[in-house]
Amino acid sequence: MSTIGYESWAVDLAEVGAIYPFQGWEIPMTIVGVIFWLGWHRIQFVRENEHLEKARKMGDPEKVAQQLDRY
Amino acid sequence: MDGNLNALTTVFVEFYYWVTVVFMFLIHVGFCMYEVGASRRRNHMHTLMKNVMVIPLVTVTFFFFGWWIYWAFPMFPFFGGLNHEMGNANLPWSETMGTNLQDRISGVFWAAFLLFSWTAASIVSGAVIERIRSSALWVHAVLIGSVWWIIDAAWGWHYGGWMVKYLGYHDAYASGVIHAIAGGYALGVIMVLGPRIGKFAADGTPRDIPPHNPWMLTIGIFLIYTGFWGFYAACNVPAISPEVIDGQITGTTWTATNIYLAPTSLSAITFNFLMSLSGGLMAAYVVSKGDAFWTFSGGLAGIITASAGNDLYHPIQAMIIAAIGVVFAYKLHYWVERKFKLDDAVGAVAVHGYAGFIGLVIAGFVLWGAPSSPYEGYAAINPLGNTIGAVIMFGVLGFLPAFIVAKIQSAMGVLRIPEEVELQGLDYAEHHAYEDAKAGIIEANKALLASKGTAAK
Repeated sequence: MSTIGYESWAVDLAEVGAIYPFQGWEIPMTIVGVIFWLGWHRIQFVRENEHLEKARKMGDPEKVAQQLDRY
Repeated sequence: MDGNLNALTTVFVEFYYWVTVVFMFLIHVGFCMYEVGASRRRNHMHTLMKNVMVIPLVTVTFFFFGWWIYWAFPMFPFFGGLNHEMGNANLPWSETMGTNLQDRISGVFWAAFLLFSWTAASIVSGAVIERIRSSALWVHAVLIGSVWWIIDAAWGWHYGGWMVKYLGYHDAYASGVIHAIAGGYALGVIMVLGPRIGKFAADGTPRDIPPHNPWMLTIGIFLIYTGFWGFYAACNVPAISPEVIDGQITGTTWTATNIYLAPTSLSAITFNFLMSLSGGLMAAYVVSKGDAFWTFSGGLAGIITASAGNDLYHPIQAMIIAAIGVVFAYKLHYWVERKFKLDDAVGAVAVHGYAGFIGLVIAGFVLWGAPSSPYEGYAAINPLGNTIGAVIMFGVLGFLPAFIVAKIQSAMGVLRIPEEVELQGLDYAEHHAYEDAKAGIIEANKALLASKGTAAK
């Protein structure tokens, strides 16, 4: 048994095509990949919103003034 | 790869593109340095993170659908349907989109285009520094990097694209397909986003917000020049026979070609890259009265202006055209800034958008009547076709979608950071613990120094 479809390289390479694991599962892998991508956006979006809401009330005027001086 | 010669040719071509991809990575390094150099200290980490995360987001989406668009869209939707035969071979679930011994080039070729996608997104990133939400920019990065630019590439940067065939559109090194579209896109976003706090005085007079670190900015732009050189090589097919092109070229002489499979040479583009860089630098120095920011950017704008025709121009033509483009872009930048109160933080709209636009128009005149393609039935290069192409790139595929999406984001309140956060700086907001700890240790060290000084007396 081999996940890539070959258990030995005693083959004519002219007849070898794909050699990645789990051939035939490309569409489910794509679906997983797209969920991972969109999920990342969702997580980042929610976190940034929360963070900016907190941040707008965070800085005390003296420290903000110091930040402005740090060109 | 049957036979030594065939193997050598295959390995040469895949290695050629692979090297260009590595060189092009420097474009992104340069953009990161440029943006950080141009931003103020209190926004460094946010500026850097915003541009770095463009890399994975555009990469995965370009794998999922960007590459398929390039192969499926050359005639779609105006002059035919989707090209399923070519498109299907480049879907993310195609067997050739992975480790496959029957296909040794797709991954490298995909990567060459992908690096252009990063560039398009990164150009937009520079214009919006210090006030856009990261989440908003990253949506725009995916749209420009994996949708809009690659549609324009299918139409106008593909040997079978409808703009090439019917308009005679010619844009060998991407004045329009990368730069005009990205500049137009950046304009659409900043028009909705608004200027940074303090950019304009109460009476509307623009204020300069100088880069905090001119050295970092200089190294950044030199890295962009270097990567751009790799980009030029990536735009060529390095060696191909007339038999493989299967067009109108007769004889058996192999040649390098541009993206349209029309003949050029590495020699030609090396002459023209350096002469247009020089023309741009010289013109920018004069027009900006030696301003470092604009002189360095002018070198880039010069190359961008001449890029549309740099496969065919004479080097002196490339130099003059570059100079014209730089003066145009510089003057237009300040006119737009004064007139419309727009804050293009790094001059991205000017350097990429205006220079790319005018470069396309000029190429239409200078190369008027030259064949746009080695295939029969294609329109020749002409001023109208290239001008229409410039409008499509800058306006239709660049400015318009950016403006619409930014308007939606603005209406939802998710485009711009709050004013309080902009004032205190994004790094303070995101890394306040780091900033507080740093401030604390500096204070402690100063106190220790002061007490030692007192003790010594």
